[in-house]
Amino acid sequence: MMDFFQLVIAGLATGAIYALAAIGFTLLWQTSQTINFAQGEFVMLPAFFALAGMTWFGLPFWLAALLAIALSIIVLGLAFKTIIVDPLIRQGVLPLVISTIALATFLKEGVKDVYSAEAQPFPTILPDTVISLFGAKTSLAQIGVLAIAFAAIFALSWFLAHTRMGRQMQAAAQNPTVARILGVDVERMILYTFLINAALAALASLLISPGYLAKFTNGETLGLAAFVAAIVGGFNQVRGAIVGGLVVGVIDNLAAAYVSTAYRQAVPLFLLVAIILLRPQGLVGRREERAV
Amino acid sequence: MTSGPFKLALVVTVVALLALAPADLTGFDIPWPGLKRYGTYILTLWLVTAIAAMGVNLIVGYAGQETLAQAAFLGVGAYTTALMTKAGIPFGVAFLVAGAAAFIIGIVLGFPALRVQKHYLAFVTLAFTVFVWLLFRNEEWLTGGVSGISGIPRPSLFGQSLRLALHYYWFTLAVAMLLTAAMWWLLRSPWGRAFTALRENAIRAESLGVDVRTYTLLAFAIGSAYGGFAGALYAPLVQFIDPAPFALGPSLLFLLMIVVGGAGSFVGPFIGAAVAVLLPEWLRFAEGYYLIIYAVLVMTMMAFCPSGIVGLAQRLTVVRRRPQQQPVAKPAVLEEAKP
Repeated sequence: MMDFFQLVIAGLATGAIYALAAIGFTLLWQTSQTINFAQGEFVMLPAFFALAGMTWFGLPFWLAALLAIALSIIVLGLAFKTIIVDPLIRQGVLPLVISTIALATFLKEGVKDVYSAEAQPFPTILPDTVISLFGAKTSLAQIGVLAIAFAAIFALSWFLAHTRMGRQMQAAAQNPTVARILGVDVERMILYTFLINAALAALASLLISPGYLAKFTNGETLGLAAFVAAIVGGFNQVRGAIVGGLVVGVIDNLAAAYVSTAYRQAVPLFLLVAIILLRPQGLVGRREERAV
Repeated sequence: MTSGPFKLALVVTVVALLALAPADLTGFDIPWPGLKRYGTYILTLWLVTAIAAMGVNLIVGYAGQETLAQAAFLGVGAYTTALMTKAGIPFGVAFLVAGAAAFIIGIVLGFPALRVQKHYLAFVTLAFTVFVWLLFRNEEWLTGGVSGISGIPRPSLFGQSLRLALHYYWFTLAVAMLLTAAMWWLLRSPWGRAFTALRENAIRAESLGVDVRTYTLLAFAIGSAYGGFAGALYAPLVQFIDPAPFALGPSLLFLLMIVVGGAGSFVGPFIGAAVAVLLPEWLRFAEGYYLIIYAVLVMTMMAFCPSGIVGLAQRLTVVRRRPQQQPVAKPAVLEEAKP
């Protein structure tokens, strides 16, 4: 039973990171109908920004981490939107999907060629000391991941629900036409969602890389997890992505322990298919009413 | 744009050139020594890739769905053929079983996915691809795990073994032509025209009595069966298979391929497959950078010409022709402008 509890805590810590990636994914979908197939690579890349900062410029970790977040916002937020999404958004969904797939390859191969093909160790924010929580063994680093991820999630939820700008962003996502009539600068709001997505991806990257080691292929698993989390939770809801991320993280961890390590990746996929069969709008999502 | 007999002559010429390209013609007083073994292999690989890409084109270009599983279906076909022919079952039977297996899996996957919204087929096929890859990798008793299956025999035809690269190429070319003709017939039949109606305007098609869900499902299953057939030809070509070429990455490459060629255009998959197979060969000097170059090319192409190479070629020819024959060119422009 204690094992189970430990696994759940570890799963929640990974799940919270998945949730960060999945929230960005759903935000982009909501505001601009962008399915970002490079989301996994968006989570892979910022860790390498931080590593580059530390090894090439000798920055301390905290400064390198801030640099990674700032660079991500510029490259994965601003540049991604203006260079890739904007010219394609009117061409329909497929060209954009193709372009993000190509972008994923580009980022992956770019990191491999520019930095390294080897898995890189990555510093943890909190030390790896083992502590005991209600009798279950866990590490300070894991608690730190949980705390930071949840803080970010709560901050974002609060921002979206209680600030003027957050509510404008929600309005722009739900009904851009009406939002525009009511004086919301929809274009600007869409830009903000891209910046927020990049910042969340950077945070997820800094949190997941100590455990996974930073490797150019990390995006494949992370992207898939974020994808599954977003759909399981409900593609059109931020809280859906949170629930989905946590569910996928916990199930992933339990499956590795109780089902088989060889097929741990398959268990979230079965969950995905089951959700599509039984509850296509996701666990907490609402049905999308689409006009013709 | 071109008349019927001219088109037919063009097709015959292209097929004849393809058939003769790798052959040594110096015996017939033609100064063409033919392609080397490796060149023949690349041509065969192009044909196999083009067959699978044709399937993706049916699903994406005509039925308007997204599949992320073509490499997985290729894998299903390849492993089926490898296991069956190694057990002594004739290649012809294995080939048909490979296609049928992919078709049935297509129905099973597509049926639930197409119940709901547009992008769910993409999600389900994504899950399927990862799952199949895990199966290939983990079920060592059947698939040999990461070390794969080696020594896959080349088939024989009328008692003649196709062990020579050139003979197997001709065999693949014949099968590819048959499958291409089948696809051509499918798309020109009243049944196939429903696909086009679907892509142009699904809601209008439905109101005209086209059962959208059944047609999309069949398009997906048939497209997947083409993946299975391609896999059946792939296994004896390379004679060694492991899980790597059937993972998610290659499935995504198939999607890129048909969009680069020109989704919804009949020759698009052949061009896309040629780019995908030949580009790594041409960019050999760039070594590891070829994927980066390919990715940049795709992104640039999507930004400036989302209708692919075929669309680009059409756009160029239409622009050039416009001064002479405006009344003919105009409807063509309208038709091609549709997504």
